[in-house]
Amino acid sequence: MRSRTIRVDRLARVEGEGAVRLVVRNGEIASARLSIFEPPRFFEALLRGRAYTEAPDITSRICGICPVAYQMSTVHALENALGIEVSAPVRDLRRLLYCGEWIESHALHITLLHAPGFLGCDSAIEMAREHGEALRRGLALKQMGNDIITLLGGRSVHPVSVCVAGFHRVPRRAELAGLTERLERAREAALATVRWTAGFEFPDCERDYTFVALHHPREYPFNAGRIASNRGLDIPSAEFERHIERRQVRRSTALHTELRSAGPYLTGPLARYSLNFERLAPIAQEAALAAGLGRSCTNPFRSIVVRAVEVLHACDEALRIIARYEEPDAAACAHEPRAASGFAATEAPRGLLYHRYRLDADGTLLEACIVPPTAQNQAAIEEDLRRFASRFLALPRTQLRERCEQLVRNHDPCISCATHFLRLQVTGR
Amino acid sequence: MNRRPARRRVIGVGNPDRGDDGAGPACIEALRGRLPLDVELICCDGEPATLLALLESASETYLIDACVAALPAGRVRRWDAARRPLPARTGIPSTHGLGLPEALELARALGVLPRRCVVYAIEGRSYAAGEPLSAPVRTAVESVARRIERATAR
Repeated sequence: MRSRTIRVDRLARVEGEGAVRLVVRNGEIASARLSIFEPPRFFEALLRGRAYTEAPDITSRICGICPVAYQMSTVHALENALGIEVSAPVRDLRRLLYCGEWIESHALHITLLHAPGFLGCDSAIEMAREHGEALRRGLALKQMGNDIITLLGGRSVHPVSVCVAGFHRVPRRAELAGLTERLERAREAALATVRWTAGFEFPDCERDYTFVALHHPREYPFNAGRIASNRGLDIPSAEFERHIERRQVRRSTALHTELRSAGPYLTGPLARYSLNFERLAPIAQEAALAAGLGRSCTNPFRSIVVRAVEVLHACDEALRIIARYEEPDAAACAHEPRAASGFAATEAPRGLLYHRYRLDADGTLLEACIVPPTAQNQAAIEEDLRRFASRFLALPRTQLRERCEQLVRNHDPCISCATHFLRLQVTGR
Repeated sequence: MNRRPARRRVIGVGNPDRGDDGAGPACIEALRGRLPLDVELICCDGEPATLLALLESASETYLIDACVAALPAGRVRRWDAARRPLPARTGIPSTHGLGLPEALELARALGVLPRRCVVYAIEGRSYAAGEPLSAPVRTAVESVARRIERATAR
């Protein structure tokens, strides 16, 4: 029996620190393991005992790439606990903030992390020499996303204006209108990015995923909707924990997550797109079909095109929100704390992000539960490696390594977000 | 054809709320009112796209950033990045590691690095949240400010 081990000790061009270990026996993948070795960060524990009003600014620190997602899931869960309904303009502004985050996060991943591998480049710097225009276009899109977040959130990373029941400050109509011209150019750039990425060469790797994403009757989901799957799941966020099982594995500081009914599942752009194609803006639908995507996408390598389609949708949606924006009477609505629990899921760029909180009567946080998208996707990523890596075993070592890294990178894991409490076992004392 | 405007910039990179990481912004504050009027003073958090835009639209830049290179705190090193890359890690392991050296190399690859691009790296001691600059870094900030004052005097 011939046995061979392929190790990628430090994955390149992903957010955070992880590794891959494949064991090959007789030309077949015997085991595939994604290790996440970043230390746990204890956010759920350090939220306990803090005032509920502090939570959005604490959870935003979980990620420098998708802080808005963490803030959104936090405020929605806390508003769910406190029975708060925000006004329509505030809801729209939160969607706009999310547009900014999708644009900056996706543009960054497409341009600096994912595309170089399709173009035979080791890095974005190498790619810049040959594909300078595409790199500039991607950075300009990222800047657009950052500028939306800065306008609404006070700064581009870890924005500070989001609060429970609204915002600390909302923009004037004229401030938002000032973004319109640049957003129109960004929409053109996003369309060009869809066409550019559609021209990459994709290996034939289709997979019958169990997709899980938010689903909303009228909107492509950012921060509202029921949790749905292509296997019949259709539940409110409050029921999510009853339908999943989370467990610790030795190789990861992020908890593995499976659906009790369907096992490993995938969340993120492929799932969102495949469950919500009809909710995309018409321009994004047209671009997706012209790019050869179809109404569902099950090839993980094509996720780069799906991300580009989502950037296009986010630019178009941002323009639509700005065009109809009316300044709300109040930036935030009055409310009182109470003893309660609240739940919410929103769509981070990388996928479904679930939060649950329990408060006491004066609003002190007694318990927090955060389920990040990358933790949910670990098992699906390992399954991708098991199913597809064998197709690349004949490649020279450096190319094989790059393909294995791509199989992880396809799902844009944010490893730093996903790390969780690690059980400490002490023996022999 | 070089269409770059004759614009001179001093860019202080860093976070003033993180101890010695605030060396760059502190240098910008120290230079206010001391340079010729055509020299812009800019603080930047180091976001690579922002840095790239600042580099692209300038003919001459002076960047100040804090660094960790196992040297005594306050030690200043200087490079002209237009002549050679900074002695830093190559490639981009993750966007968590994307910083000034990578932004400079992206600018070089895109052909938009300013003709003169001087980098002052000040070795920091502490990067704790909410801490002020350490004493050696405060001294180094003034020393770098004087060097930039001399370099831009014309």
